[in-house]
Amino acid sequence: MSAAVRTTMDGNTATAYVAYRVNEVCAIYPITPSSTMAELADQWSADGLQNIWGNVPVVQEMQSEGGAAGAVHGALQSGAMTTTFTSSQGLMLMLPNLFKIAGELNATVFHVAARSLATSALSIFGDHSDVMACRTTGFALFSSANVQEAHDSALIAEAATLAARVPFIHFFDGFRTSHELNTLELLSDDAMRAMISNDLVRAHRARGLNPEHPFVRGTAQNPDTFFQAREAVSPYYEAVPAIVDAAMVKFGELTGRRYRLFEYVGAPDATRVLILMGSGAETARETVKALEAKGEKIGVVQVRLYRPFSAAHLLAALPASVTAIAVLEQAKEAGGTGEPLYLDVMATLAQGVGAGARVTMPRVIGGRYGLSSKDFTPAMVKAAFDELLQVDAKGGFAGRNSFTVGINDDVFYSSLAVDAGFSIEPAGTTCAVFYGLGADGTVGANKNSAKIIAEDAGRYAQGYFVYDSHKSGAKTVSHLRFGSEPILAPYLIASASFVACHQFSFLERQDLLRVAAPGGIFLLNSPYGKDGTWDALQQSVQQAIIDKKLRLFVIDASKVARDVGLGVRTNTVLQTCFFAISGVLPRDEALRHIKEAIRKTYSRKGEAIVAKNFAAVDDTLAQLFEVAVPALATSTHDLPPIVAASAPDFVRRVTARMLVGRGDDIPVSLIPADGTFPSGTSAYEKRNIAEAVPVWEAELCIQCGQCSFVCPHSVIRSRTYDEGALAGAPASFKSAPMNARGTPEARFTLQFYVEDCTGCGLCIEACPSLSPREPGKKAINLADKAPILMAERGNIAFFETLPVNDRARVDFANVRGVQYLEPLFEFSGACAGCGETPYLKLLSQLFGDRAQIANATGCSSIYGGSLPVTPWTKNREGRGPAWSNSLFEDNAEFGMGFRLAADKHLAMAHALLTRLSPTLGEGFVQDLLSAPQIREFELMAQRVRVAELKTRLLAIDSEDARDLLSVIDHLVRRSIWIVGGDGWAFDIGYGGLDHVLASGRNVNVLVLNTELYSNTGGQASKATPLGAVAKFAAAGKRVPRKDLALLAIAYGNVYVAQVAMGANAQQTLDAFREAEAYDGPSLIIAYSQCIAHGIDMRFGMHQQDLAVACGYWPLIRFNPEMQRVGHSPFQLDSPRPTIAFKEYAYNEIRYSSLARTLPEDAANLLVEAQAAVVAKYHKYEELAALDGGRFPPGLPTVATGAV
Amino acid sequence: MDLSTRYMGLKLKNPMVASASPLTGTLDGIRKLEDAGAAAIVLPSLFQEEIEAEEARYDRLTEAHDESWPEAATSFPVMTEVKLGPHHYLELVRQARAATAIPIIASLNGITNKGWIAYAKSVEQAGAQGLELNVYFIPADTTLSGAAVEQRYLDILGAVRLAVSIPVAVKLSPYFSSIGHMALALQEAGADGLVLFNRFYQPDLDIVALKVLIDLKLSEANEIRLPLLWLAVLSGRVRASLAATTGVSTSDEVVKYLLAGADVVMTTSSLLRHGAGHMAVLLAGLESWLAAREFSSLAAVRGIMSQRKLADPQAFERANYIKILQTYGHS
Repeated sequence: MSAAVRTTMDGNTATAYVAYRVNEVCAIYPITPSSTMAELADQWSADGLQNIWGNVPVVQEMQSEGGAAGAVHGALQSGAMTTTFTSSQGLMLMLPNLFKIAGELNATVFHVAARSLATSALSIFGDHSDVMACRTTGFALFSSANVQEAHDSALIAEAATLAARVPFIHFFDGFRTSHELNTLELLSDDAMRAMISNDLVRAHRARGLNPEHPFVRGTAQNPDTFFQAREAVSPYYEAVPAIVDAAMVKFGELTGRRYRLFEYVGAPDATRVLILMGSGAETARETVKALEAKGEKIGVVQVRLYRPFSAAHLLAALPASVTAIAVLEQAKEAGGTGEPLYLDVMATLAQGVGAGARVTMPRVIGGRYGLSSKDFTPAMVKAAFDELLQVDAKGGFAGRNSFTVGINDDVFYSSLAVDAGFSIEPAGTTCAVFYGLGADGTVGANKNSAKIIAEDAGRYAQGYFVYDSHKSGAKTVSHLRFGSEPILAPYLIASASFVACHQFSFLERQDLLRVAAPGGIFLLNSPYGKDGTWDALQQSVQQAIIDKKLRLFVIDASKVARDVGLGVRTNTVLQTCFFAISGVLPRDEALRHIKEAIRKTYSRKGEAIVAKNFAAVDDTLAQLFEVAVPALATSTHDLPPIVAASAPDFVRRVTARMLVGRGDDIPVSLIPADGTFPSGTSAYEKRNIAEAVPVWEAELCIQCGQCSFVCPHSVIRSRTYDEGALAGAPASFKSAPMNARGTPEARFTLQFYVEDCTGCGLCIEACPSLSPREPGKKAINLADKAPILMAERGNIAFFETLPVNDRARVDFANVRGVQYLEPLFEFSGACAGCGETPYLKLLSQLFGDRAQIANATGCSSIYGGSLPVTPWTKNREGRGPAWSNSLFEDNAEFGMGFRLAADKHLAMAHALLTRLSPTLGEGFVQDLLSAPQIREFELMAQRVRVAELKTRLLAIDSEDARDLLSVIDHLVRRSIWIVGGDGWAFDIGYGGLDHVLASGRNVNVLVLNTELYSNTGGQASKATPLGAVAKFAAAGKRVPRKDLALLAIAYGNVYVAQVAMGANAQQTLDAFREAEAYDGPSLIIAYSQCIAHGIDMRFGMHQQDLAVACGYWPLIRFNPEMQRVGHSPFQLDSPRPTIAFKEYAYNEIRYSSLARTLPEDAANLLVEAQAAVVAKYHKYEELAALDGGRFPPGLPTVATGAV
Repeated sequence: MDLSTRYMGLKLKNPMVASASPLTGTLDGIRKLEDAGAAAIVLPSLFQEEIEAEEARYDRLTEAHDESWPEAATSFPVMTEVKLGPHHYLELVRQARAATAIPIIASLNGITNKGWIAYAKSVEQAGAQGLELNVYFIPADTTLSGAAVEQRYLDILGAVRLAVSIPVAVKLSPYFSSIGHMALALQEAGADGLVLFNRFYQPDLDIVALKVLIDLKLSEANEIRLPLLWLAVLSGRVRASLAATTGVSTSDEVVKYLLAGADVVMTTSSLLRHGAGHMAVLLAGLESWLAAREFSSLAAVRGIMSQRKLADPQAFERANYIKILQTYGHS
């Protein structure tokens, strides 16, 4: 046994470390929380890192997990050692291939960061529902409970699959294990070589297809043989437990770490036992040890090999003394007699007793815990044990079956009572909790701290990081544990001796000190200094500090960071403070380590960055002060209400609790059972994340509407109104004469919702109006928010009393007019400067009150539908976009379903109207049936008719009348939208999108094209352009982007537009209106800047302009209607290139970074990309020059309402 | 005709040096300049602020969103083997050395003597045979004394001098109170050459948009007079080599600079206007001027009209100014 190398890494890295080294081919696709494994494999391959056989594995991104599984299957059938990584929905897409791969006895290991399956809601967090759905595939299911186990099991599984020829899913808990940093002993390549038999590898290779000795595999069989074929595999499954056991024994001999199929920990004479798997088992193990030390006769069985399920091994692991068992599962099987593991245990025990292998049948109950990474604590373990002690009045066993633990189930009363005060945290463990902003680098620094502390022998560290749902201004919570023993505590810290708040404003929103242990340390980043901070604290915060006897340290970290040139990144400053006052390491040693870590982390970014961080370390201690805590709380202010008292009941009772981080306390009864949530709750979350916000200069403004058009968060609102409406306006309320002809009395106001603004600055860049007297001053300028906040609150309140502009009187045809249309998509959690959301806002303004939206999973579904709040909202009449997310891959089909149902119900409505026409009045019915509904006043007229129809129908007592009422809303033309990103439209959903476009049905598809997978961290898609760097294309994309527009144009009957609002807002507006008015399929491909492009997002719209100016992104519209009237359907809306491609591209780090890593390749790719741009533009020019007769006639469309 | 000369210890085949410009920023341009007769090449300046700003920009834009979102810890692939800051510059030095037979002089532009001085060592290691130090410093701080500004130049030079053993030239500003004194001080601090003068960027104003206009105008022949004056004054009074720069349009300016005492003549604007081949035109003009007056070598004419050599040294001083004023309008 060679000396083990200790290191600190997360579960994904620990797993990929092994999987990469023992394979030759990886077929990958990104999905949270497994993406990191695929990214690492891709990175290592690009870097030339070798596997244990001395060659570099080939890594291929596919178009979906289904595609990855197909490629894996093919590689396996060709004899290559092959793996993949996935989670959740990805695993579901692999299901058909899992059956095939297992059915053909292929040796492989799929590594799965187990995650919830989307049901009434999507969740990216961890549980076993995905893995449990694979029970019948024939894959062995192999579970790890922590980072070290994930590392080790990856190897054991690989060794076992080669020997068994049964494929394995090796899984560990998404986030809790995949993202937890922990100290582990690293396997050497020699240990891996010792575990992996090269003879078996060669045998695997020999089983591959080979024309030199051909055979046929994958036949179609008939009833005469298929059954037998399935049974023929049984011996292989029978052999698996022993093979895994043997691999574990061998592994133990090599490493000293010994594992069992069913690991029992506890009293040899235990009477009560828990059975579970995954990280929860680790919590249970540690809890059992603590309680057993107090004399409790209890134990726990950790399941590692779940499939094939070895009854014999389980029976052997269970002490004979056991009388009661609780089986805990991290999944729910609705409608079953119990969750799967419970049923397996029940069957095992019943069979064991029946066969005489066990004398007594214990009482067995099943329970659920930890769905979607719900924290599972020692107190919950104890609650489960306590349940096994429950007796009824007669002394009989009364433990509840199908219980839940960790929630308050006030509907089915399944939940166990939990003693929140119960803790097993070892005395030697230091617990620290840090509240930071994503942008300030807190998490990165804490990861560094964990690694620093665990660097030396005898010290161990654990780091776990919790994020909120926003992509801008996101709050992070870091849970760090340090100690002299391995940290085996996969649950959040409940009591921290060190609490740090890295943003003073957090204190207003949340009780951060709830987690502070008495006598602990509270470090606060405060702008108020040593003497002013105490008075600036809220009363309840002061009281908590006094009650808990906390020591209070303050530093103006923001100032220190700013002064040394680090901007908002306070991480190095606050990390230095942590080490200086926590005493985790001797101060000098800690500072030395921090500097070493800085050099290691930042040296690849340049000496100047290193120097700034060194300066931050050096400047920190002089600015760190301890504040003497007074005996009494003296503050006269306290926490403001989280939401306004006028907020709806649901927002006050449910949303507000989520907003303050107490969502765990919300009882089941308050959560909608079918996933239905109220629209528009983002209006109640005043996040106040921008320190500087836009301010309007009324007299400079030309009222053009450009600013509100580009605003990603809908915080700029325009209204025009009669002068008389200004009565009662606050003195600070701004108003200007309306600068349009024929409106002498009208006033105009541009109101900024400053509490919802992210401060991105897009509006300022879009503003065309410069002061003729004050250099640099525009009609919109950034200013500090704090001094104007109170006044602006009053202004906004007054603004909302102004009448909403009449849609029928607004000119929809130009950008100036659109500003008066209410956005029905507002205040989302999208990134500051997001390029996608302005298009969604426009959609909502133009068609929102009759839009039904299918949204593909991705950024737009996350900022569009992530709790706590919902940005899709409704107007004053209560109308607004009806929005839903199904999946990632099926969105076009999902939206198609909307259309089919709408067409069916419209046809029904028409038929019923016709039938009821004698009663309703023939003229009235004819008007309803034939009303034009394109222009807004036409739609309003139809709404009036429909309202009248409702009145008349309610007076009619007939089935027809009631049926017509049930579908009556379809008489107002419904606008069906299918929205998603390029990952969906170009890759995973392309087949469905193509089919839907080919259907001829009236759907409107909006592709928010960021040219990569934005939501999962910037992986390449087929929209990624030639020469751009992305994850999975670290050496620059080598092929041009797919031209989705031309592919759709080929059908002839699809309206197609390629738009970039930053280049031509009018063309974007025209395209949206034409697409929606076209009674057939429409496709809009919208250029959307993204943080993963590496640009200053403030100039995102300018960058769009450059993309068009260089010819990279030609603006086009293909309108089949034009062909029908004899014109060319193809219109090229942008001029010939006026600048070189480089002038656009090299503003973006996704392009320019390649010049830093592979300069020669970058130069060549730039030449190729320029040539591709020119060629593409010429092609478009040729199309634009053709007259209408030169285009083939398009396919027919299906008129709205046709069935 | 012997056109050879020495510039900060380097032996050059003629006095024509292509100074820093986009032409000297590519291997192709450098080769063309050599083919056209350039005796040495000054590469474009490596800017301290540019490197630092670029590093900071990369850091800010690639990491601003890191670790703030559960689905993605980062937005960019890990950039391993990143070629930082001066990498491309050093690569150009290496390639230029390998591809040409004439001296390659690197140029550093900075205003402090902090970390970037390390780049001086790097360009030396990459093969640069000389270093031109361009202290592009506009003392906009009105509390800064002239002595402090001078000291800044000397400190930077001192730091560079310590870092490298190749010859170092300093490109001077014309705005010192006593240029001669400053020239001697720089010489004492280790300057092997002095380049006269730096043309500071002089902004214009847009009176419509109320913006500062940032553009660069190529120099004109009528701008040679200031450097000509000081070359004539310094020639023979300093040991350091003297390079003339600014305003070379035809061989007439070349000749004038040499007469005033320049060891080499640098040109950018004329090459940008007419292409690299113009270097050959300038050289031919010089040769034909020398031949017409039956000079057999460059050395024979260098500095013959410097202040020290002239019979009437006052021609370069105040008397000359008075004379001009008195005769203005009569010519």
